[in-house]
Amino acid sequence: MHPAFSVLFLTTLIGAGQGLFLALYTGQVYALAQLLPAPGADFYVGGSVLALALLVLGLVASFFHLGRPERAWRTATKWRTSWLSREVIVLPAAMALVALYGLAHALGLTAPWFTLAGVLPVDATLVLGLLATLAVYALYVCTAMIYASVRFLPEWHSPLTVANFILLGMASGFMLAAAYAAGRGAPLVSFYGLWAVIFTLLGLVTRGASLWRLKRITPKSSLRTAIGVRHQALVQIAQGATAGSFNTREFFHGRSPKTLRRVRGLFLLLVFPLPVVLIAVGHGLESPLAPWLAFGVQYLGLLAERWAFFAEARHPQNLYYQGVA
Amino acid sequence: MTQLALVIDLNVCVGCHACVTSCKQWNTSGWAGPLADHNPYGAGPTGTFFNRVQTFEIGRFPDTETLHFPKSCLHCEEPPCVPVCPTGASYKRPDNGVVLVDYDKCIGCKYCSWSCPYGAREYDERQRVMKKCTLCLDRILDQSLPERERQPACVLACPTSARLFGDVHDPHSAVSIAIRERGGYALMPEWGTQPANHYLPRRKTRLHIDPDQLQRVDNPLRREDLTRYTGEEAVDDVAW
Repeated sequence: MHPAFSVLFLTTLIGAGQGLFLALYTGQVYALAQLLPAPGADFYVGGSVLALALLVLGLVASFFHLGRPERAWRTATKWRTSWLSREVIVLPAAMALVALYGLAHALGLTAPWFTLAGVLPVDATLVLGLLATLAVYALYVCTAMIYASVRFLPEWHSPLTVANFILLGMASGFMLAAAYAAGRGAPLVSFYGLWAVIFTLLGLVTRGASLWRLKRITPKSSLRTAIGVRHQALVQIAQGATAGSFNTREFFHGRSPKTLRRVRGLFLLLVFPLPVVLIAVGHGLESPLAPWLAFGVQYLGLLAERWAFFAEARHPQNLYYQGVA
Repeated sequence: MTQLALVIDLNVCVGCHACVTSCKQWNTSGWAGPLADHNPYGAGPTGTFFNRVQTFEIGRFPDTETLHFPKSCLHCEEPPCVPVCPTGASYKRPDNGVVLVDYDKCIGCKYCSWSCPYGAREYDERQRVMKKCTLCLDRILDQSLPERERQPACVLACPTSARLFGDVHDPHSAVSIAIRERGGYALMPEWGTQPANHYLPRRKTRLHIDPDQLQRVDNPLRREDLTRYTGEEAVDDVAW
């Protein structure tokens, strides 16, 4: 498949934004349980703004993928059958809830509404945060299922796709949270850094598994079933277009297999070991710069990871375009 | 229920591309158009087509055979491109089974093209929507045309009658009979999309002449008996 940069930016930016929100809310819950020192309201407000900005940037990027973005509102209509439609509904809902969560912190709506089981004071931020958490997870699933539900692409048609989107998104979000906390001098850097490393390593397991699975995929279709001729020696003479068509542009990455291998090697380096080392170094040196560097390196790596994700998917329609394949 | 479809006879297709050009001409100037071209008279012309003819070579020299393979939307009975459309622009007509795109609803997200294993959908760079074969519905349903012309442009243009058009759900239609009696097959049946369009395979016509056909054993006309008899008892002598 052709990796479109609009989609690469959409999935990586909203993944990081969602992860950042989850980090903020996790921090709040831990602080509530008095496992962590509570940062001020400013921390949550700034973090929510940052998460929202990433979600908005992702949404803006997605519009570049559409031929007719002015009709995007129509996409909310077929949620019963289309994962793309579901994502279009859940994305604004998640954005609104993250915004409300930040707003509740900004307005100081932390007076408890009631106390659960006598120990847990429930206030507006806690409830809004819980709703936003559900929306954020639903968004991860919707985004990943857009790809995982395409049964014609066995490379994507796997639960591992969903696991990768969730874990890699959370890893980069928690990296960003560690960087953000370090930048503000909040005492949560190690907490977020540790979870960022955990999610990164879990992501390595699932992404590694999907790469392993990739090598074992045998295509369901062949040129013989594509044109219905039972012969071992079939050669395509003409593809039906002088200088290519939509079919030769949309479904091929247009790079050599060597480039694909290099990009794969690059993302395996940038997404997994380097950020982990940088977080560890930052922890040792108490450097506020290292977590930012870790997030930046991992984000670039995730762009490469998404590029490879698209490039390694081989569509059965490519059988009709042997000259390009 | 009616399911309109094409049946393409690969045995007689000569790869002349008349179906391609007539399709483009009819559809670019009508309801489904324009089918935009980019750089049409330059070095690298490319554009939107509903129908294309590809060519394959079967076998190795000298035992080779050329196959011309016209390729368009197959109007699947279980179209995988329809449920994935987020706007409902992609739909299958309930009255005649033709799969269509509503250009006024399509947002050009290309997701339907990912869900078509045949690559039958093309994105139009000028109108910025997804386009595909309409089976020339604007001809088929046009009551003002003479009945003979209420057929897809490609079918009318084919000089060898390699393209048959009709209702594949009617067991007595010409297309159903052709599929049934001439080994009509569907493309990539492994995906369960149940394409309505079918293809008729290439056939070899071989003339086999048995020696018996040249010389009859029980021929009563002795003159045709070319055997030289030299006095031995013949079959006819024994018989009576």
